[in-house]
Amino acid sequence: MKKIKVLGPGCAKCKTTYSNVLEAVKQLGIQAEVIKIEDIEEMMKYNVLTTPVLMIDEVIKVKGRVADINEIVDLLKQ
Amino acid sequence: MFNWLQYFADWLIYSIIGLSSQNHWGQALNFFVFDTIKIAILLFVITVIMGIVNSYFPVDKVRNFLSRNKMYGLEYLFASSFGVITPFCSCSSVPLFIGFVKGGIPLGITFTYLITAPLVNEVAIAIFAGAFGFKVTALYVGTGIVLGIIGGFVLGKLKLEKHLSPWVQNIITNAQTEEELQEEKLTLIQRMPLILKEAFNIVKGVSLYIIIGIAIGGLMHGFLPTGFFEHYINKGQWYAVPLAVLMGVPMYSNAAGVIPVVKVLVAKGVPLGTAIAFMMGVIGLSLPEAMLLKKIMNWKMIAIYFGTTALFMIISGYLFNIIL
Repeated sequence: MKKIKVLGPGCAKCKTTYSNVLEAVKQLGIQAEVIKIEDIEEMMKYNVLTTPVLMIDEVIKVKGRVADINEIVDLLKQ
Repeated sequence: MFNWLQYFADWLIYSIIGLSSQNHWGQALNFFVFDTIKIAILLFVITVIMGIVNSYFPVDKVRNFLSRNKMYGLEYLFASSFGVITPFCSCSSVPLFIGFVKGGIPLGITFTYLITAPLVNEVAIAIFAGAFGFKVTALYVGTGIVLGIIGGFVLGKLKLEKHLSPWVQNIITNAQTEEELQEEKLTLIQRMPLILKEAFNIVKGVSLYIIIGIAIGGLMHGFLPTGFFEHYINKGQWYAVPLAVLMGVPMYSNAAGVIPVVKVLVAKGVPLGTAIAFMMGVIGLSLPEAMLLKKIMNWKMIAIYFGTTALFMIISGYLFNIIL
């Protein structure tokens, strides 16, 4: 099962990324654990400078911008 | 450069729609069409240029560069200039702050970056160029860079570390120069699709603010007589500039929404420096940013940060009024 994390302190871009992830997972019909990390201390463990960040299985895939649904679908297929 | 667009706006409003150029609605609509298209074009072009720079020089590299090199004060200039070229959203200010101090970058330099980044960015530059031309834009960018340098330098000298949240102080104690980044080896052609997509997203994202800003500007342009504000605000009133900054700080808007309004204020008699000081207050400091910063520092430090930055915005406003 894929483990997807969205890091961001709750701004609009972070929320869009989170809902895009949910939609992408739904489109693919796969089982995935989607976690939203809003706590800043927790976030800093991943050493990110810009938010939102999209992580799949502990690897940073996209940072500092909103990933769109198609892009996330492609990333999840890999 | 944009004469063709003015012809187009005149043709559309006065010939096709058939409003008179003497009519208030006609003038307002003409202004709206001209400014919206002009700013959209400028914004797209500048965002693409910034996107290319950024693709090769992302903020992680900026951090590593500042963290590795000690340059006898020149690092303030670099931090401030980097603030111009990297995109910035106030929601990133906290992770960025932590990331910088974690890399051993002094607090003053981190503040320099935090001051310049929201003040001078691709959206501000594009709309400023559209509204006031390139000379005033260059002056604005220069002022933004200097303001960041001086503000950060002063804040650095104030020894504010003790006001940071304990966990942030821990990070500073354990700071280390960052590890190597893995570089993406892509050609410009390979990078372009993503850069263009991002530029398009930025234009799309701020378009609503621009349209609202220009609509308000257009109405004021069409309906208020020239020099309308001169009775109320002029260079002779020393308190106009500080008041403009203080009014601007609690307002939260991006450059896209506020600059078109500022342009009309200027056209109707508000001194340019006063108007720019107001705009700096609106886009450079905001309440949401203060709320986010609360997670990493106490209120006293936020107050010092805001106070110092606001002070330099006021000084910039006076200088603009003297120069322009």
